[in-house]
Amino acid sequence: MTKNVLSHDTAIYENSFHVEGGTFENAGHVSSQIKALLKRLKLSKEVVRRAALVTYEAEINICSYADRGQIVLRVTPEHVTVEAIDEGQGIVDIDLAMQAGYSTATEKIREMGFGAGMGLCNIKNFSDFFRITSEIGKGTHLKMVIRIDKDFDGI
Amino acid sequence: MLKVNLDIIVKELDLRVITGADRLDAEVTGGYVGDLLSDVMANSKEGDVWITRQIHQNIVAVASLKDHAGIILIQGADPAPDTVEKARKEGVTIMVADMPGFEAIGRVYNLINAKKREEPSV
Repeated sequence: MTKNVLSHDTAIYENSFHVEGGTFENAGHVSSQIKALLKRLKLSKEVVRRAALVTYEAEINICSYADRGQIVLRVTPEHVTVEAIDEGQGIVDIDLAMQAGYSTATEKIREMGFGAGMGLCNIKNFSDFFRITSEIGKGTHLKMVIRIDKDFDGI
Repeated sequence: MLKVNLDIIVKELDLRVITGADRLDAEVTGGYVGDLLSDVMANSKEGDVWITRQIHQNIVAVASLKDHAGIILIQGADPAPDTVEKARKEGVTIMVADMPGFEAIGRVYNLINAKKREEPSV
């Protein structure tokens, strides 16, 4: 999966979506849009479900921790790739952040049922390829790839 | 297989229907309980009725993304005004149970299982 084969894949859909940070007012909006798009592309239910889930978690992270960010969706006949690129505080210790149950969320965020320390684990579990890079004071970059394989029914 | 829809649950638990009164024929294939949104995102299934104490607007996106049959709020907790507005816009059914979660969950569980038991044996 880490081979550079992805870049030779021709995109059948590509778009980027803005996500507002520091507020939950529109949280989930981009995920809903992306889910609807993938459904229109007639991807299998399972692929749509997983892509919607990882996008949602990435979107919530931008809402929770970043000033702003964008989610880039790229669909090829073989893969759905979702990248979440934010401008924000960044992650001090990625290994720690990846631990189930670990969270730096505020009490207010937790009261809403976010910040349970499950988001990044969900992303890892539901994507076929996942990469996270982060720079303190700059932001965080997530890349998630879901394989379409033979589930793909064409467009 | 005998089907459970929202209408049966609404009548049996005497739920108050806040949004989606015209969609109560939606089939309920199971249930999920949770107040942690990531847990619900990861583990609930399409067709589930989601029982939660959260009333803020973000529950709408979760129910919509997971294609839940509907959301039941417990302990008589009404959804926040912006939750109602968003649910109307996104076509998510929200109902309120005037009882503690334990009771609501138990009754929904029994209802779904009773229907399954009514299934005639082959």
